[in-house]
Amino acid sequence: MFKRHAMLPVIVLALCTAGAVSAGDIAPADIEYKDGRWIEQPLTDVAGDPAAGRKVFVNRKLGNCLACHVNSEIPEQPFHGEIGPSLDGVGGRYDMPMLRGMVVNMKNALNPESLMPGFYSLDNGSRTLEKFAGKTILSAQQVEDVLAYLQTLK
Amino acid sequence: MTQNPLRVPALIAGLALLLPLAGQAGPDENVLTIEDQTIGTDVPGPEGGPLDHLYSGWRFRTAETQSLQTDDFENPAFTAVDQAEELWSTVDGAAEKSCESCHDDAATSMKGVRAAMPKWNAELGKPHTLETQVNQCRTDRMQADPWKWESGQMLGMTAYIGLQSRGMPVAVQTDGPMESWIAKGKEIYYERVGQLDMACSNCHEANYGKMIRADHLSQGQINGFPVYRLKWAGLGSIHRRFKGCMSNIRAEPYKVGSDEFIALEAYVASRGAGLSVETPSVRN
Repeated sequence: MFKRHAMLPVIVLALCTAGAVSAGDIAPADIEYKDGRWIEQPLTDVAGDPAAGRKVFVNRKLGNCLACHVNSEIPEQPFHGEIGPSLDGVGGRYDMPMLRGMVVNMKNALNPESLMPGFYSLDNGSRTLEKFAGKTILSAQQVEDVLAYLQTLK
Repeated sequence: MTQNPLRVPALIAGLALLLPLAGQAGPDENVLTIEDQTIGTDVPGPEGGPLDHLYSGWRFRTAETQSLQTDDFENPAFTAVDQAEELWSTVDGAAEKSCESCHDDAATSMKGVRAAMPKWNAELGKPHTLETQVNQCRTDRMQADPWKWESGQMLGMTAYIGLQSRGMPVAVQTDGPMESWIAKGKEIYYERVGQLDMACSNCHEANYGKMIRADHLSQGQINGFPVYRLKWAGLGSIHRRFKGCMSNIRAEPYKVGSDEFIALEAYVASRGAGLSVETPSVRN
């Protein structure tokens, strides 16, 4: 637990550079897909941290996943959205390459018509605001953290 | 064992908190009555349109927000409406005219105006919105300075003029010279934009009635504009609302008053054809 505090400056830095590709990360264009959809290789060298992923999941400026999904593991946050399916048990329904493919870009993984944003994709809509142009919604590490968290939902 | 009466309100409050999680699919069944006039808040969708049924945004709001619109004394927009009523007969500009000089009693002359906007103007070669129409009157007939789109005067005046159509069905022209504008607006409506890669239709056509976090998604109808939005603590225009939505999905919004937003306004108005004008409505 003490080590988490030592990590704090690193986390703050990571938040500031969210969306930028860091050394060691796989850039969106370099991702290797299995069957054109799933992603077996982690996007970073650092294993995902479920506790950090839970925070990214909730944060309205990052994952903001509760905008659209119910997740009973986060009862302290009121008003879970109902646009997408409930994420209860999602870690038991899909394996890691599938989850990674869906979080990186649901429109590529399962449904081109899905309104779920691609969280690690540069294949976004037109006229993206300048400050977000050429950037992914989440950093590679944030995606891996969220995936580690989703895996705990069984 | 006697039930502790104090526990009942606590239980009700608890249930109320659970409601959004339990799913609040679709609009509610409440009836909008303003000053003894019943205003229709749902009608069958226009033929050939994407929606089988049209619902006013009023039907998706909480009872507290809804009640603010049922009484003009409670409706916070009426401060601006009352000021605009005075402006209506106030002389301004080099021609020494007021709105009243040409249009006399707004209750008669402005009846139905809001319901038909945006409206094709041959001289202009494009549709007038209520805002551009007001400003054309000011600059050409009154020789007065135009008002800024989102100024207090413009919002008040468009609310006051809109009020004269309250209860009338939205009936915007879609054929003739308006056809290409409607088509352009439709294109914008369905175009996925921004970093979040979403179109108007993703929320307001495919998912209205569902909760997006704490917000109950409506059909995004514009029959109540300018609207008094509690979040803004004031009146706002249709274009301001478009702009806010686009910024939320991290897309570069079009400019307020731009041809793109005029086209989008015309198209969204056509999607709501038949709904009653509610100006000035109250939303959250």
